[in-house]
Amino acid sequence: MSLLANASVLLGKELRTEFRSRELLTTTVVFILMIIVLFSFTFDPTSAESRRFGPGLLWLAFLFAASLMLQPCFLREQTNDTLSALRLSVEDPFAIFLAKLTANTLFLLLTEFLLLPIFSVLYNVPVLPVLGWLIFVFFLGSLGVSIAGTALSAISAQARMRELLLPLLLLPLLTPVLVASTEVTKALLDPSPYVSWKGIGFLAVFDLVFLTALWLFGEYLLEE
Amino acid sequence: MTRPACPSSGICFENIDKLYGGMYALRRLTLEVAPGECAVLAGPNGSGKTTLLRIAARLVRPSGGSVTFPSAHTSQAAGHVQTGYVAHATMVYDELTAEENLRLFARLLKIPDAQTKVGALLREVGLFDRGSSLVRTFSRGMRQRVAIARALLQEPSMLLLDEPATGLDPQGTAWLAGTLRRLRDSGCTILMSLHGESNISSLATRGIRLEVGRVAADTRTGATLQSILTFADA
Repeated sequence: MSLLANASVLLGKELRTEFRSRELLTTTVVFILMIIVLFSFTFDPTSAESRRFGPGLLWLAFLFAASLMLQPCFLREQTNDTLSALRLSVEDPFAIFLAKLTANTLFLLLTEFLLLPIFSVLYNVPVLPVLGWLIFVFFLGSLGVSIAGTALSAISAQARMRELLLPLLLLPLLTPVLVASTEVTKALLDPSPYVSWKGIGFLAVFDLVFLTALWLFGEYLLEE
Repeated sequence: MTRPACPSSGICFENIDKLYGGMYALRRLTLEVAPGECAVLAGPNGSGKTTLLRIAARLVRPSGGSVTFPSAHTSQAAGHVQTGYVAHATMVYDELTAEENLRLFARLLKIPDAQTKVGALLREVGLFDRGSSLVRTFSRGMRQRVAIARALLQEPSMLLLDEPATGLDPQGTAWLAGTLRRLRDSGCTILMSLHGESNISSLATRGIRLEVGRVAADTRTGATLQSILTFADA
């Protein structure tokens, strides 16, 4: 209970500081919007091409945006050494991770929901009939990105060349999430939509395994 | 090497090594701080004062040796909650107000009647009127006051201070000296790093000088507090 109570207090702090500065959300939304619009203008894909390539493009954009969004996650805590203050204040350091990965998932989901209608219009891909399933896939994919990204952000924040290190570690690690999320989204945007249970199962297992690993070893990532 | 007398309620560093990138920050350091003691760490830059304080706060794991913490400080699961720590950095969020910062840490530390406690602390550090201002609008001295208030939230039984008077004006330093005196007299163990003599150093019941990661002088072994403090500035 103490873990959840501390995590919810810290989540409140994460949301408050982000909505006060709006640094991450603004950057991420603009970045994904640029990719989607530029790709649409450059290739002018047909509806069939959009259904084929759109999901991959969408998830690649989410992934690149996530690497931008996750970078300051622990770097911000270093400015005034607030991470030390948090470590001194919480009984279980996993609460710090839990709050950060929940906040990152929420920010990613918010970004995705803001940009989904634009994607749908620009690429002429109807999303409303499968919106419920899309939300579910976005949640599983974003959770995977956030769990792995938050852990790697904690590692890279203490390293030299930290700005380069996070994308270098994150993108290869998240390739399986990218492939599975794209596969499931592609199946949902098919003219005859279907649910790719294999992909959903993979995403769920990925989330579970990485969350467990973070719970078990996260404490060591925060040590100096 | 003689083992320090290490009572169950004292903080005891035994043969502590700490390496950063192959360089020793602390080397075979052995030291015991008795409960209720107000010990001042002095020494030139890079002598290991901050590293020792961070090990005492359990923020840094030593590369070798062992640290024994007083049982009174480890009654909670993490063993951290009764230790107040003021570092070089302020350890507070610039994007939160002073009140929000203190309330955040009070809630994490599960301090009963946090709202009253936060108000009282803000009044004590002289920031009650600026409690709803963002910390990023504060001067360095005001931030330091918030940092000290955060460390005092849990009424710590052990207080670790790394140059606590940084940025404080004479009035602030006098307030800090008064607060530390009250804590010392109530039995709080204080370990702090200082440069030179001040009204804060006059509170010390013990002085320890560190040099290249080792204890070079200690008032327990005959050195005077004045020589320990002034040598650091030489």
